[in-house]
Amino acid sequence: MQTRFSFGGDEHIFAEVGEAMSLEAFFKSLFITNAVRDAKIKGVTEICPANASYQVKFDPDQIKPDDLLVELKRLDSASEKSEPVIKTRIIEIPVLYNDPWTHETLMRFRERHQNPDGTDLEYAARINGLDSVDAFIKAHSSAPWFVSMVGFVAGLPFLYQMVERKRQLQAPKYLRPRTDTPKLTVGHGGCFSCIYSVRGAGGYQMFGITPMPIYDPNQTISYLRDFMCLFKPGDIVKWKPIDRAAYDAAVADVDAGRFAPVIRDVSFSLTEFNRDVDAYNSKLDGVLHGH
Amino acid sequence: MAIRVLKPGLATTVQDLGRPGYYHIGIPLSGGMDRHALAAANLLVGNEAGAAVLEAVFMGPELEFTADATVAVTGAELPPKLDGEPREGWTSFKVKRGQILSFDFLKQGARGYIAVAGGIDVPVVLGSRSTYALGALGGFKGRKLEAGDELPVGHAAATGKDGRTVARDLRGQPAGMPTELRAMPGLYWHRITEAAGNGFFSDTWKVAPEADRIGYRFKGGKPLEFVPREPPFGAGSDPSNITDACYPYGSIQVPGGTEPIVLHRDAVSGGGYFMVGTVIAADMDLIGQLQPNTPVKFVKVDMSQALAARKSRSELLGRLHSALA
Repeated sequence: MQTRFSFGGDEHIFAEVGEAMSLEAFFKSLFITNAVRDAKIKGVTEICPANASYQVKFDPDQIKPDDLLVELKRLDSASEKSEPVIKTRIIEIPVLYNDPWTHETLMRFRERHQNPDGTDLEYAARINGLDSVDAFIKAHSSAPWFVSMVGFVAGLPFLYQMVERKRQLQAPKYLRPRTDTPKLTVGHGGCFSCIYSVRGAGGYQMFGITPMPIYDPNQTISYLRDFMCLFKPGDIVKWKPIDRAAYDAAVADVDAGRFAPVIRDVSFSLTEFNRDVDAYNSKLDGVLHGH
Repeated sequence: MAIRVLKPGLATTVQDLGRPGYYHIGIPLSGGMDRHALAAANLLVGNEAGAAVLEAVFMGPELEFTADATVAVTGAELPPKLDGEPREGWTSFKVKRGQILSFDFLKQGARGYIAVAGGIDVPVVLGSRSTYALGALGGFKGRKLEAGDELPVGHAAATGKDGRTVARDLRGQPAGMPTELRAMPGLYWHRITEAAGNGFFSDTWKVAPEADRIGYRFKGGKPLEFVPREPPFGAGSDPSNITDACYPYGSIQVPGGTEPIVLHRDAVSGGGYFMVGTVIAADMDLIGQLQPNTPVKFVKVDMSQALAARKSRSELLGRLHSALA
């Protein structure tokens, strides 16, 4: 993979690690952005890893654009030699699939959808060759997902499924974007899932909703008191399908300030993962559930 | 002291110079779209250049002062009135307790900056008082102003003087028609044909009605023709799609190849549309003063021209500081 660099005006360097999405491209972008952060380069103001690319914002009055470019290229080649291992977290996200709120919304915007006669889940199951919505939910929730980018709006994670490419779920975006999406909707577009951190416009297929807030600008929710956004690029997410009773109980727990998300520290090795994906994922499951 | 909002205007928000450092989790810079005008308003009333002010777009608010104050309005030609009497723009003036500041119709530009000695004293969130409405963050309760809001004003270090003014050549407002926005081609420039690239810079575009703090949309130029390709995995099938990536401030994305969008201070931090290049930092303030339908030309520049323009913009700010020291 040869990284392609380009100046984004006089204040940004944009680096495309891969044109296509892959775990390798994501890992490299995460690795280099971590290295740039550690290098504490004078004049660098924003360091943003993305799915298969990254961006560095800088003040050209403090560092010459060409000097920063040279430094980034140096870190880029150095990354080839390092072990693709990161220390990160695995986070369990409860999901009520097929919930009434996204259902109401998807019915309201049905004329903007490829499949006006069914639901987003039915459509996604069909085009991924699965014979039922339940089979799709199983495919969506059985393997973990990487947070490959946080953004678009505050705290919104893009998630990349940790299975071989041929097993990855894919679905196009709506034909025309919706003007409304419920807060905390679990969505999917292309090969990426996401969680909508705020209510608003959106074009991803809608599969369900989580009771667990991931963004709180007022910082009143217990686990968002230290920082208002839950996710960081590189976090690993495991969906946990729940029923309506469990959803309602979780919402009540969040409101009462006693909801405790399941979050564990974990070290992730891309080499070991690639050796045996399913075995590695069940090991990650073990970390999450303490066995 | 406080300011009572009698009428909020169209979309009046509290802004300072912004909130750098959180773009990697989707929280944009925010802050005044015309930072030069914001700094001028503050310096006129004796504040630090980056104190929090009100940014009013297209239409001014109506504000009642609960104590004596010194005020200045800069940016767009949005003529201030005190108890109905005209006051000069780009000039500081005194307001007595109980008086009402209102505005005449917008004459030119798009955004007015209303500074009060002491600054608007909303809580600092992640290092800034700026409003990021999409994320309900910062500013006054994370949103644009509403009638009935009471804005706290900070203690003024020095009593601001009235009658101080900014000379026309220090105001840094857009001049000439069409407005020229200098841009560096790059990012995914290679996705369009040479003819399309030439057309992009030679066509005259017009500001579309969808123009806000997130971004400015332009229309009226020729659609861009793409270089054919196999869609990369994860990018999406449209030729204008990319694997979702970061969007620089000022980057020019062209969904479907038809209407360019220049992202501004409340930018969405990333997404799946290709970008042809980036408006240089020195010209970002100008965008904040463009009304819908304004004709615009993108002018191709390279890095050395961008840095020269940056230097000259920063010298203008330096002269403004000296003039109001």
